[in-house]
Amino acid sequence: MSSRKWAYEDLGEGVVIDLGTKVVRADEIIEFASEFDAQPFHLDEEAGKASILGGLSASGWHTCSMFMRMLCDAVLLDSTSQGAPGIDHAKWKRPVLAGDTLSGKLTVLSSRLSRSKPGLGFVSWRAELVNQKGEMVFELVNTCMFLTREAAR
Amino acid sequence: MTLDDYLGIGETITLGSHHFSAEAIKDFARKYDPQPFHTDEDAAKNSVFGSLCASGWHTTAVWMKLNLAHRGRPWNGEGPKPEFGPSPGFKNLKWLKPVFAGETVTFTRRGLDHRPLASRPGWRMLTIHSEAFDSTGDKVLEFDSAVLVKVG
Repeated sequence: MSSRKWAYEDLGEGVVIDLGTKVVRADEIIEFASEFDAQPFHLDEEAGKASILGGLSASGWHTCSMFMRMLCDAVLLDSTSQGAPGIDHAKWKRPVLAGDTLSGKLTVLSSRLSRSKPGLGFVSWRAELVNQKGEMVFELVNTCMFLTREAAR
Repeated sequence: MTLDDYLGIGETITLGSHHFSAEAIKDFARKYDPQPFHTDEDAAKNSVFGSLCASGWHTTAVWMKLNLAHRGRPWNGEGPKPEFGPSPGFKNLKWLKPVFAGETVTFTRRGLDHRPLASRPGWRMLTIHSEAFDSTGDKVLEFDSAVLVKVG
């Protein structure tokens, strides 16, 4: 991790951030699904192959969680983040299959300072996860809150 | 029984309640969302949330768990039992209030409508609205989502 601390000022429109890569392991897919989303195509290779997903595939909520971990490691853990009030939309565009390597990218769509809370800014971005074939598997748009450098001091 | 009955169209269904222990909150967060306010009580006290609280993705994952557990409504309509498939996504998701450690959260789902999928004969797209409330009755989560259902 670099020594930079991401603040509101670093996250202007058009900024693109590489979220790194994540290899999706079968045992992780099964572990998440066993606890939260125990559908056959998330638990068993054969059941996955027989389904319209075409193989053992991650729960969409697991994909969200893997994306969140990539976002934490690339940005949030070294930032002035104040959390996010929600998600505008998230699209599970293609199955995320065991053995896939996901690459993440974040593009800032817009940013603005809060009128009511000095030192707080809103940053809207689009996140994308692409698999090793170059196919987009996940897209998400939301707004996060960050302190300005001054306010975080 | 009609398909609307089976899918709960226009009906708010209580999916059940879930207790968020501090340990479970920290376990989930260490794997998927290791921000200090989700992994450490002391750090959370000094954070914007003021107390240890669940990752928003933990809350939605628990919704899925309870939603699945509630899918098994008996089917006594014509033809084979409808079969749930994957989901294309969700929208308008709001984490309205933190889910603090020790809270018990109650989840609901309401069927909105369903329509045939031109690209996949035999499948329909069901849209639903879901909400969750903490023990004080405050809404902590809401979102709209869709899921494929194989019918007939």
